[in-house]
Parts: sequence; C-alpha cells; structure tokens
Amino acid sequence: MSFIRDTMLVFRRQERLALRQPAWVIIGLTQPILYLALFGPLLKGLPGAALGGGGNAYRFFVPGLLIQLALFGSTFVGFAIISDWRSGVIERFRVTPVNRLAIMAGRVLRDVVTLVVQAAVLVVVGVAFGLRAPLPAVLIGFVFIMFVAIGLASVSYATGLLVKSEDAFAPLINTVVVPLLLLSGIFLPLTLGPGWLQGIARISPFRYIIDAMRQAYLGHYFNTIMIEGIAVAVGMAVLFLWLGSRVFVQENA
Amino acid sequence: MAIIEARGLARTFKSRKRTVEAVRGVDLTVSEGEIVGFLGPNGAGKTTTLRMLTTLLKPTAGMAMVAGADLLSNPLEVRKKIGYVPQAIGETMGGTDPSCLVIEELLDQAALYRIGGTEARQRAERLIGQLELTGLEQRLVKTLSGGQRRRLEIALGLVHRPPLVFLDEPTTGLDPQSRSNLWEHITRLRSDLGTTVFLTTHYLEEADVLCDRVFIIDHGVIAAEGTPDELKRRISGDVVTLRVAGGDHGATVARKLLADHPVVREISAADGSLKLTVEHGEQALPALLRVLDAAGVTLESINLSRPTLDDVFLTLTGRSLRDDSPVGQVTAPEPESAAAGKE
Repeated sequence: MSFIRDTMLVFRRQERLALRQPAWVIIGLTQPILYLALFGPLLKGLPGAALGGGGNAYRFFVPGLLIQLALFGSTFVGFAIISDWRSGVIERFRVTPVNRLAIMAGRVLRDVVTLVVQAAVLVVVGVAFGLRAPLPAVLIGFVFIMFVAIGLASVSYATGLLVKSEDAFAPLINTVVVPLLLLSGIFLPLTLGPGWLQGIARISPFRYIIDAMRQAYLGHYFNTIMIEGIAVAVGMAVLFLWLGSRVFVQENA
Repeated sequence: MAIIEARGLARTFKSRKRTVEAVRGVDLTVSEGEIVGFLGPNGAGKTTTLRMLTTLLKPTAGMAMVAGADLLSNPLEVRKKIGYVPQAIGETMGGTDPSCLVIEELLDQAALYRIGGTEARQRAERLIGQLELTGLEQRLVKTLSGGQRRRLEIALGLVHRPPLVFLDEPTTGLDPQSRSNLWEHITRLRSDLGTTVFLTTHYLEEADVLCDRVFIIDHGVIAAEGTPDELKRRISGDVVTLRVAGGDHGATVARKLLADHPVVREISAADGSLKLTVEHGEQALPALLRVLDAAGVTLESINLSRPTLDDVFLTLTGRSLRDDSPVGQVTAPEPESAAAGKE
C-alpha cells in the first residue's frame, strides 16, 4: 500500500536527520532524569498510603515521568515542521505523488520510536534508583505513552503547520501543556489536594492514563481504572490523529 | 500540442473581514516544448496561479489540463508529470533541507516518485554532472553556495524527468554569473530533453533572453501575452526621455506643449524629466524638438531608447516589475539607448 511505503520513506528520512543530531534525544531525557534523581527521593518520605499503596515511591513516580517525557517530547515536535515549512521541504513533498498523510505519519512514527528509546533509558535509570515493577507493567506503560505520542505529535505538527511561526507556537503549547501536566498528578498524588482541585483534574486526559499506568505498575491489570485509561489513550490518539491528518491532506496549506 | 490549458482559473481568499480575489480568471495555453515566462508585480496573482497549476492550491473556479491530466479531478496524475522548483527567497525557501546531504536529497526525491535502487543512483549521478554539482555529493546542503543550492533544487525538480517544469523565480538572489549559468541550464533542458518550462521571474532581461513567450498578469488577470518582441511592438512605441532645464516647472510646461501632439501616445513628467512614448521615435523626435524650440524650452539632454519589456510592463500595469515602485521613480534611461546628447 502506498501509504505505508510513503510513511516508511518519510520515517527513514526523518530518522536519518534525527540521528545526525542525537543531542536532542539526550537533552529531552535530561529533564525527567533530573526529576528522578532530585525529586524522587522526596517522595520516599511520604507515607506509602498517600502514593496509592505498594510502598515503592518509584512505582508511583516513574509512570508520571514517562507521561511528562511523552507530553513535552511530543508537543514540541511542531517546531520542526515550522522549519521544514520555511525551508520549502513541505511544499516540495506536497507537489510530488507522495501520500500527503504520510508526510505527517512518517514523522509521527519517528517521534514514537524516539520516545520509546528515551522511555527505556528512563526506566533503566529508575530501576537503578530503586524502581521495582513487573515487566508486563513496563511494557504496558510503553504502549500507553506511544498512544499519547501519536496523538500529541499529530496535533503538534498540524498546529505548527497552521501557525507557521515559532514565536506563536511556543507560548501556545506551553499554555496548553503546563496546566494539563499540573492537573495530571505527575509529581504528587492528586488525592492529597482539596476536593475542588480533584474535581478540575478530571478534565485532564493524562490523569486517567497515568492512573492506569500506576495500576499496571502495582500489578493490577484488570479493573475499571485500566479500562478508563485505555479508552482515554486510544480515544485521544484517534481524535488527534484525525485532526492532524485533516490539516495535512487538505488541498491548501 | 498544449501541455497547459487553463480556462477561467480563479482563486478567492476569504478572511473574517474581507474577500480577496487574488486571481480573477486566468486563461492560458502553453504548447509542448515552449519556455514561457510569467511576469507580474508582487500581489498580481503570479504565485497564486502557479500554486494552483502545481496542485498546491485548489482553484475556486475554472479548470485546467496540466500535462495531460485534469487539475481538479486528478491532481495526483498532474503531480506525477510535473516538476516544481519553489521560490528560494521569501517566506519559504527552495525546498532543500539544510541538514541533508546533497546525494540524500536527490535519492529521497527519486524515492518520492517511486524510483529506487540503481536507477535512482544513475539519475542522481547524471543530474549531478549536468548541473555541475560534481564533488558535492557528500556535502551538507547548508554548506553549499547560493548558486549550488539553487542548482540542486532544480535537479530535484528534474529527477523524474517530467515533461513540464515550473520554476518559481529560478534566479532571484543569485549573482549575475550564477544567473547566466542557470539560464544555460534552462535552455539546455528544452534543447536536450524537450522539457516545457514555465517560469516566473522579476527580471525582464531573463524573460527577454530565455522565453519564447511571455504572459503578463496584473490584478489577477492576464493583461497581455506574446513573444517579447510582439509585446514590445504592440504595446510600447519608442521611449523618448527629455531632461528639461528649469526642473519640475520646465517639465510641466513642456508636457503641456507636447501632450496633444499627434505622434505622442503616452506622456509623463517626473523629476524634471519628460517621458514620452511615441511611434517611430527617430522620425518623431525632430518634430517634437521643433515644438519645444519654438516655445523657448531649453533641453539638457535627450534620450531615445527602444522599448524594453519593462516599458511594456509599465504601460500595462503602471508599475515597474523590478521594484514595484510607482511610475516616476523608475524612468531612468535604459542602457540600450539609441541616442543621447546634450544641447
């Protein structure tokens, strides 16, 4: 199928360009690793009950950091499409018979691969700090963040292509991402907060995904939290992928 | 046979407050093997038309057959048959990624047209030779000179050997040497491969040297078309520039004297100079001078020049192609003047 072939073509090109600048992959990892090293020890002091049981603070904290990694890593990919647009590469591709959706899909695939590599490194570092979680849980966590990355990267590329200006793009993304991040209970459990905060936190989709990942890390694979998490992760990926693809396949851009 | 046939091609942009008719019905026919120039000041609808013909922008009205396929119902077929080299200067650049190697760009471009393996490498090698990029294969695009990068961009537009190539301002921003070098490459495209070339340009000299035929677009419609010579003959007569003693006042007086003279077709005064468009300049000049002499107007200099495409353009659009400045600031004597003197 030409879509798959074209997606792989775009993927290989983007991967080659990414490997030429591996520094960015490492820079993307430094922030979560710093949190792991400098913030993680604080959580150890909290009573085990506050962290949802299990007694291992890192089972609580690492899923949060994985989402943070996915959230920042994926929402900022739109920057790259702005420079690709400016260099005329997007237009050049759009005049060829290449599948226009593949121009986005190949990039998203590259971002997902990059994220999984970063996530694997983060989990290994987490283990060094004291994370103990079942292997299936770690793999389930990867699947969750892959869905997050697919959706967010698509929407980020589409936004970048519509906004066409780095100066407008950065504040726009920050305005959306930071509140969502804070409302997701990445660093501390939302159950510590007052009722109103827990109430608004229900609007953050990432909150459901993190909760489901934490359940997995505790070894609970079958319950309503997990079902909610899967529904939100898949639903968000599909919706955002659809929104993003509309921008890429439309006749005028 | 026609390789481009557009009828009533139009594009309207709607924003919240107003509707802009960027292109208001363009008809054009280009035959196979022609090199055609598309001229127009900024905002005339030049780029919009080009973007419609290359499937980057959907027309709001009209139809076109491009390289044998219907632009509206089968844009994919059009894309397979055309090459497109975007403008290199401006909001967006010419289409190469600064972090790619030269050879990667060529092979990726071939892959976009489903050409791979040995065939792709052979074509890349050939284009590298033809466009004088030899030895640059393993260089990053960002390390190329302006002329080299432009030649690479043109090579990318040719990888799939399209019968029709669109070049958007191919030489803008290049030094004169690179420019004339590129002209040779464009001419050779037609002579060696029979490629039809549709190019936009700001340089009238370029259109004059390169193009068999020229379309002039203004306010979203084709204002004129023809060979450069036809256009010059049809629209402008010869241009006489008279510098009058007494500055602007002198020029105004002289203008009044000559405005109704039967040989004068156009007249304008600016900066103490009078610019006249006349039929058969060398015969008209003595008569005009007699009128001024009789009225006691003193002339500082006379310049008679054959019309250039810039004059054609000015007559048609009231604007200069070169810098879009209003009439008056661009009436400097042309270099190919036939006569000049001082009284």
